[in-house]
Amino acid sequence: MRRTVAALLRKELALELRTGESVPAMVLFAITTYVIFHFGLDRNTIAGSLASGVLWVTLLFAAILGINRLFVAEHEQGGFDGFLLAPVDRTSLFVAKAITLFCFLCLVEVVAVPAFAVLLLGPSLGQALPALLVVLVAANVGISVVGTLVAALAIQTRARDLMVPLLVLPLLVPVVLGASRATSPLLVQGGAAALPGNWMAMLALYDLLFALIAYAVFDFLLED
Amino acid sequence: MLTAAFALAFFYAPTDADQGIIQKIFYVHVPMAIVALCGFVAGGVFAVMHLRTRDRKWDMRSYVAIHLSIVLAVGVLLTGSIWARASWGHWWVWDEPMLVVFLIVFLLYATYQPLRFSIEDPEKQATYASVFAITAGAFVPLCFSAVRMAQGLTHPQAGTMTTSGPASVSQTFLVALLGMTLLFITLWKYEMASKNASSKLRSLRRRLAGDDDFAPASGRSAAPQL
Repeated sequence: MRRTVAALLRKELALELRTGESVPAMVLFAITTYVIFHFGLDRNTIAGSLASGVLWVTLLFAAILGINRLFVAEHEQGGFDGFLLAPVDRTSLFVAKAITLFCFLCLVEVVAVPAFAVLLLGPSLGQALPALLVVLVAANVGISVVGTLVAALAIQTRARDLMVPLLVLPLLVPVVLGASRATSPLLVQGGAAALPGNWMAMLALYDLLFALIAYAVFDFLLED
Repeated sequence: MLTAAFALAFFYAPTDADQGIIQKIFYVHVPMAIVALCGFVAGGVFAVMHLRTRDRKWDMRSYVAIHLSIVLAVGVLLTGSIWARASWGHWWVWDEPMLVVFLIVFLLYATYQPLRFSIEDPEKQATYASVFAITAGAFVPLCFSAVRMAQGLTHPQAGTMTTSGPASVSQTFLVALLGMTLLFITLWKYEMASKNASSKLRSLRRRLAGDDDFAPASGRSAAPQL
């Protein structure tokens, strides 16, 4: 299982390094969205709950781009058949894809969060950064687990580009809610407040529960 | 049973002091919401059975349960809106988690039918719909327990409403809940029977006409076929 996951991960990262299909597009999308928000809200700087809302909605939409692309190569080039023929555990594909999506999201945030701090954020980010990292990681886990499940579900449908946002947005509402509520005290004007524990607990519970569900049902999505 | 519940609601239960007659909608709205949510969860449970046994009947059951629950959920949103307009003065209140969660759950299940439509292979359609039903079925109780944890104050809870009020309120409420559950089960049985009958009819016709000139199932429907 571990070797399979490692092999699949190597394949994903090599593919992304050579083609650069997902991450650059997601980063570009996130930065463009900040510009759109700047004009749409007609503000030069934002803080508090508005800032955390803008940050999380942008990251969520950027994640949807990545979720849309996640299984396209497998679907178009017959990677599913190859994987099913190999004598390995099917869940390893899920684990590998979820880790891949997690890495993509982290890479996107490495660029997108500083860009957000430069372009839109009023208060400085430095003090809030450690707590913000915790929230980012917790939310990324949730997004990547649910996103992988939905991507595998939607890849076989006719209107894939349409189904992914329709399915993912309601399922990820708790993540956005928890993450933006947890982030908003970090971004207030004049010094970051403490990280709210109850929203972090909710995020962690969500991650755990959906990881278990996805782990249980993913096998059925690969049968052919 | 439902008629009896409505009769009780109008003649037996006391009219709310500050909300007046509009409070009667409570006896429709709350049981409908509870039954719709239970229907979603039941759809998830049937979907688990489908994936375990690979019997198309379970998929059909799950489909019918979710289908009926979506219809009920539309009713819940409408009656809830009317009630909110009357008692809070707005059609929709955003800072009330109960409403928002119900809307999210409704939006999530609204994608169930498009999902079925967009997968052509019936075998795959059944499997994928079941996976979706399980995921969404687990999502419903999770969301509502999260809401219970971070409770708003304005939305009256079914529990507190029935225990704190006079006994006639809780009796009427229980009768209404029972009536709504029975209505759901009856509709579910009817729809199952009709689906079974039409699929049997189709297979008989197919046998009569010979397999080669068989017309596919009529109309636009993503319902599972047995």
